[in-house]
Amino acid sequence: MANDLMMGSHILMTALKDQGVTEIFGYPGGAVLPLYDAMHEQNAIRHILVRQEGGAVHAAEGYARSTGKVGVVLVTSGPGATNAVTGLTDAMMDSIPLVCITGQVPTHLIGNDAFQECDTTGITRPCTKHNYLVKDVNDLARVVHEAFYVASTGRPGPVVIDLPKDVAMGLGLYSTPDKFKHKSYNPQIKGDAKAIKQAVALLAGAKKPIFYCGGGVINSGPKASALLTQLVRSTGYPCTLTLMGLGAYPASDPQFLGMLGMHGTYEANLAMHDCDVMICVGARFDDRITGVISKFSPNSKKIHIDIDPSSINKNVRVDIPIIGDVANVLEDMLKVWKSSQAKPDQKALKAWWKQIDEWRAKDCLKFVQKGKIIKPQYAIQRLYEATKNLDDVYITTEVGQHQMWAAQFYGFEKPNHWMTSGGLGTMGYGLPAAVGTQIAHPDALVIDIAGEASILMNIQEMSTIAQYHLPVKVFIINNRYMGMVRQWQELLHGGRYAESYMESLPDFKMLAESFGGVGMVCDKPEDLDGMIDEMLKTDKSVIADVRVEQLESCYPMIPSGAAHNEMLLGPKDEADRPISEEGMVLV
Amino acid sequence: MTPVEETINSHTIAVLVDNEPGVLARVIGLFAGRGYNIESLTVAEVSQDEKLSRITIVTSGTPMIVAQIKAQLGRLVPVHKVSDLTLDGPSVERELALVKVAGTGEKRVESLRIADIFRARVLDSTNESFVFEIIGDTGKLNAFVDLMKPLGLVDVSRTGVVAIARGAGSLEDQKN
Repeated sequence: MANDLMMGSHILMTALKDQGVTEIFGYPGGAVLPLYDAMHEQNAIRHILVRQEGGAVHAAEGYARSTGKVGVVLVTSGPGATNAVTGLTDAMMDSIPLVCITGQVPTHLIGNDAFQECDTTGITRPCTKHNYLVKDVNDLARVVHEAFYVASTGRPGPVVIDLPKDVAMGLGLYSTPDKFKHKSYNPQIKGDAKAIKQAVALLAGAKKPIFYCGGGVINSGPKASALLTQLVRSTGYPCTLTLMGLGAYPASDPQFLGMLGMHGTYEANLAMHDCDVMICVGARFDDRITGVISKFSPNSKKIHIDIDPSSINKNVRVDIPIIGDVANVLEDMLKVWKSSQAKPDQKALKAWWKQIDEWRAKDCLKFVQKGKIIKPQYAIQRLYEATKNLDDVYITTEVGQHQMWAAQFYGFEKPNHWMTSGGLGTMGYGLPAAVGTQIAHPDALVIDIAGEASILMNIQEMSTIAQYHLPVKVFIINNRYMGMVRQWQELLHGGRYAESYMESLPDFKMLAESFGGVGMVCDKPEDLDGMIDEMLKTDKSVIADVRVEQLESCYPMIPSGAAHNEMLLGPKDEADRPISEEGMVLV
Repeated sequence: MTPVEETINSHTIAVLVDNEPGVLARVIGLFAGRGYNIESLTVAEVSQDEKLSRITIVTSGTPMIVAQIKAQLGRLVPVHKVSDLTLDGPSVERELALVKVAGTGEKRVESLRIADIFRARVLDSTNESFVFEIIGDTGKLNAFVDLMKPLGLVDVSRTGVVAIARGAGSLEDQKN
């Protein structure tokens, strides 16, 4: 059949099948009808019908992040494509491999302001790793294979294929995805041996070292996390993870200092500030991590491992850059570390750990659960306690306070089990991401830790959950506020809570029931464990509405414009140290 | 930390790209989206067989920014090669300008005299105007245009800088 002419839509389906695609998240429309027709005629690929295209992209992100595979999205032209833009940008920021196929009006109508036409490649150019407009059906198979290669190679990211309807209906030749060398895009995988030697020597001589690791470790595959754990353990050095990196190193390990950054732990941030050697593995010195750059870890030598050369020296100047794939570089590093029989200065290291333990003793995540109102931290802590010994638990989140509390209070032992919107901070990410995760892992426990504001941004996906009988659990930390907005208004705007109160919330219990799920409400601390048990026992989808303390703020916090060692540990610090005007203009 | 060099310098960067639709938009979009300067930009196909175009960009920034610009260009999928001609060894740069000067009498004669000194060619002539073609580096062209101002400068059209490394090596062979 190699030389048989095929219809474009069949070429697309065959190419997807040959790329190992088994699930697509999508929504039909005029321009993609031929594609849906071809989909209808085959059984290899299952289509998951979402309720809005934005949901399709987040679902594919959850699918991709929890499996390591490329997530696939199919949407129509015009509004289908523009609705996908937020998800594409989210995937771009968090380096999630996606291939998004968008329908387009027939080639002869492109540029005519046709019905449901938009300049998809123009709109998505800055928010995709790459995009294609396929004008010739004979290019289609190659473009699809190339798109999968680009999405998953190097620093992963979203790729858009814009497919005009006449191309999808035209006749052309198929080509198989044979191993090909991309003519221009061939990222460096192996780290420079000399730089790796230098890095190991610097690490071995450190007196106050720290591992600072991020989502790049997860993107590099489970092997990278295993190697990282080995290396950290053989050095005996402390390790902190970014929001995107949670799970790359076991949370229960004594060498783990918790998450760092704006809402990271006191010990992690102070260790970052005071260290003399920092090794950054697959993280990018984001502003949520560094605080004010001029005061960021002022006395350290820095090693940076990243597959993306543009991440090196972007925000923070580093001393030893190593460009390469994290797993590949860590493997080499571990070899050099072992063969050089590196012996860290045990006395210095002991003093360093003693200092870290003093910071730890501050118990920065401490909260007091007393009285009749549930503390949000307590809710997440109890959820963690109830689920931590279960086999396969995947947590997704929306964006805001609940997200930070989940990152602080839920411990991740393995990579790919934590799905959250880090770079873009997309409210409404968690529910569709849970859909994608549950589709990929039908028997696993998938929980969306949500806020009552965020969940309403993509609440329509409850209908998808109903259609596919997905037992997704939505655990709403309900404080009747856009909590993080309210917290910033309290901190920076004199407590003028403009538009951050959530009026007219739905009855979440009834809402769950209306979609065929189970609704639960809990507003007493003593009922919480019982409700969580009941939720976990239910094999249907659940929305658990946990009514929590309204005005609780998320601490610790590095306020805008401050350094790591200027953290606020609680409301009292906040009163003592008003935010500078300079800090106020930062986000 | 090593002290940050804050000096802003001009750099000429050569970029070899696939000549495909949207490639120039990608490059320009990158500069606009990340707030980099474009002082001059030229682009044309240089290999029909391989469908390659060469873009020459003159930009400016601190060494850290310029390194960032190169890295960002390098990660665009259709980009084959990025070379900072200002840093990667000696290179030659040229620009072409068409300069229209209108005037009569002594000013007209004077413009022709200066054109001669600058080795500009006359491409078009009427009783009251000249169109000069001048080739050189950016500084020479600026000087010529400045001198033409009092003599009746009407229009200037410039190509922007094109540049190439000296010696036998090609851009594609160069190590990144």
